[in-house]
Amino acid sequence: MGSPTTSPGRIHRLIAAAVALIATAALATACGSGDGDKGGGGGGGGAADAKGVDDGATLTMWTRAATRPQSEALVKAYNAKHRNKVELTVVPTDDYQTKVGAAAGSKDLPDLFASDVVFVPNYTSSGLFADLTDRIDALPFADDLAQSHIKAGTYDGKKYVVPHTLDLSVLFYNKDLYRKAKLDPEKPPTTLAEWDRQARAVDKLGGGVNGTFFGGNCGGCGVFTWWPSIWAAGDDVLNKDGTEADLASGTAKKVYDTYRGWVQDDIVAPGARDETGVTWTGVFPKGKVGVMPMPSTTLGLMPKDLDLGVAPIPGPDGGKSTFVGGDAIGISATSDKADQAWNFLAWSVGDEAQVDVVAAHKDVVARTDLASNKYSEADPRLVTVNQLVADGRTPYALKFGQTFNDPNGPWLTLMRDAVFGDAAKVDKDNEAVTASLGD
Amino acid sequence: MQVRTPDRVSVEPPVRTDPAPRRRARWWLSRNSRTLQGLGYAAPTAAFVALFFVLPLLLVGQMSLHDWPLLAGDRGGNAPENYTDVTDSTLFWPAVRFTLLYTGIVTVVLLGLALLLALLVQESRPGTGFFRTVYFLPGALGLASASLLFWGMYSPTTGPLSRPLEKLGLVDGPVSFLGTPTSALLSTVFLVVWKFAGFYMLILLVGLQRIPHELYEAARMDGAGRGQIFRSVTLPLLRPSLALSLLLCVTGSLLAFDQFFVLTKGGPDNSTVTVVQLIYREAFQRLDLGTAAALSILVLAALLLLNALQFRGLRHADES
Repeated sequence: MGSPTTSPGRIHRLIAAAVALIATAALATACGSGDGDKGGGGGGGGAADAKGVDDGATLTMWTRAATRPQSEALVKAYNAKHRNKVELTVVPTDDYQTKVGAAAGSKDLPDLFASDVVFVPNYTSSGLFADLTDRIDALPFADDLAQSHIKAGTYDGKKYVVPHTLDLSVLFYNKDLYRKAKLDPEKPPTTLAEWDRQARAVDKLGGGVNGTFFGGNCGGCGVFTWWPSIWAAGDDVLNKDGTEADLASGTAKKVYDTYRGWVQDDIVAPGARDETGVTWTGVFPKGKVGVMPMPSTTLGLMPKDLDLGVAPIPGPDGGKSTFVGGDAIGISATSDKADQAWNFLAWSVGDEAQVDVVAAHKDVVARTDLASNKYSEADPRLVTVNQLVADGRTPYALKFGQTFNDPNGPWLTLMRDAVFGDAAKVDKDNEAVTASLGD
Repeated sequence: MQVRTPDRVSVEPPVRTDPAPRRRARWWLSRNSRTLQGLGYAAPTAAFVALFFVLPLLLVGQMSLHDWPLLAGDRGGNAPENYTDVTDSTLFWPAVRFTLLYTGIVTVVLLGLALLLALLVQESRPGTGFFRTVYFLPGALGLASASLLFWGMYSPTTGPLSRPLEKLGLVDGPVSFLGTPTSALLSTVFLVVWKFAGFYMLILLVGLQRIPHELYEAARMDGAGRGQIFRSVTLPLLRPSLALSLLLCVTGSLLAFDQFFVLTKGGPDNSTVTVVQLIYREAFQRLDLGTAAALSILVLAALLLLNALQFRGLRHADES
């Protein structure tokens, strides 16, 4: 009896109880009952503790495969000396954007995630990172952090990331081959014209030796190694907001023409036309290439018996510049262990980590005040690289990935037309690049 | 009481009808027990289909009518903008044309070779088992793994194919297997044929073995030659297996992604971009899930239409 009338009542009461329970739980979470909210947690920029909290928390962190050795070295050193433990997940570079995007959609991001610095604006503008302005400003060496990374991670006046690994584009040249080609191994090229002459001189050695190499089917390789030659001449490639391209300028065309000449005269090692970037850095270590631009992070991975020199990338008539790439890292906005995560970040840019881990691994330090240190003093090549940070640039564009890194994007079309195809199309291709940037 | 007696008598039928509902229920149960059993067996699958196909499909449909950025952002309705955006892309029509071309080439080459292989190992002779296994082995490898394997082999610098060709004097320098639009397409077709020929051979082999031997013997006694037997006996009776292979091959080729993603990334010069690669590009390069969903719905509609036409064609063929 009565069950038809009492059932809905029961159900209503159950629903009401469940809603109350969920609401209570949500309130409790929002009010910050967890560890992470000590000192402005929740990823927010509350009261900043310069060192964060080291209370034995387990932190999750993602990095991309391209900068794996550096991230692993930092995490290993941190875990050895702290109560907090960082669990690092290395994600294939090509899948990184996808994974971060999917995780962001399901609010499932790790506590810390690094990103190729050119994609950082996508994440800051989408609110994926926690505001670190107060924490970063409280660091005693805040002004010495690589400013190109800090700028890339600044959105609406707030700072969201610190440099994690710096990867600069620099010229690598093979001193043994230079000697054989009667070139002075202590005089690397200082202009694009010299680079051209030296590459051709080495190429004449024959016997499988080539003058130079580049990733001709890799948009990311192009921006990383071609743009510094344009910047070195004082020109720019994008407007300040990253919405317009200037990649058909006279300087840009001079750069493309040099590469085109190398292709036409077979100065380039085989495979440049097909190189999608996967095996791009594996060619120089074989000792058969004279001079080519490469990521500075590969310096520590070179064969010990390879006598190589490092030099800045020059412009057509001189000057020097570099693409300050690599990864920047921030705390995800959904992390409830912001203080512990900051403890790792603050340590990672501190003196100990930068000198004893980063510099010892022959990588570029993230701080200009540490450009000269006990390891770089022992290897002048490191000083050359470290000092370049001040001359380098990190381009800013919200549509960077779809325009420059996408293998089907407009920049790769421009690159390939400029050096392999119809160079007359470069002006039109530049318009397509601009259209993609504003899309 | 007396009034009730005749009533009681006259109300005999209700006495009889009392057990009738039970009987009816039993009758209904026995009649429908098979249906209920069937429903019981089908329910888990139906639930899975609803959860993992129908629901996602509805979500994709909803996404296709909204702005839906991969990263955070507003998700307002924008119909039919996502659909019109798809055809605005300069890559769309070339991708459609390329996908159809690829499907045509793969279907003809793959099914032709699979049929040839099936005919070769149709009869049980010494060594047939070995060859059947060898032909099928590539089918056991994942497509992405196979693509990566071929990517390494096609490399002009580190791959094992280029150097021998140079040494034999067949080519002047390192061979760029993926360097031109034509060579990239053919190299990919070669991989796919290598990978799937054994799989389709298996389907056709089953079909071949279902053809009664007596028919072949009768045809031979009537003086039919090998070609005539193939045309008049084998092919007509193999039609159901060929139809299934055709359906699978066409659908799989129209959805081609892994092989091109690993081998060519749509290059060189955007010459090998497939429709599914465009979906991936919209979602994960341009971070626009709305347009990617619209493209997915269009591809689904095209596949449904094509499959319906194929089924209709096959049914007509069967009836005739």
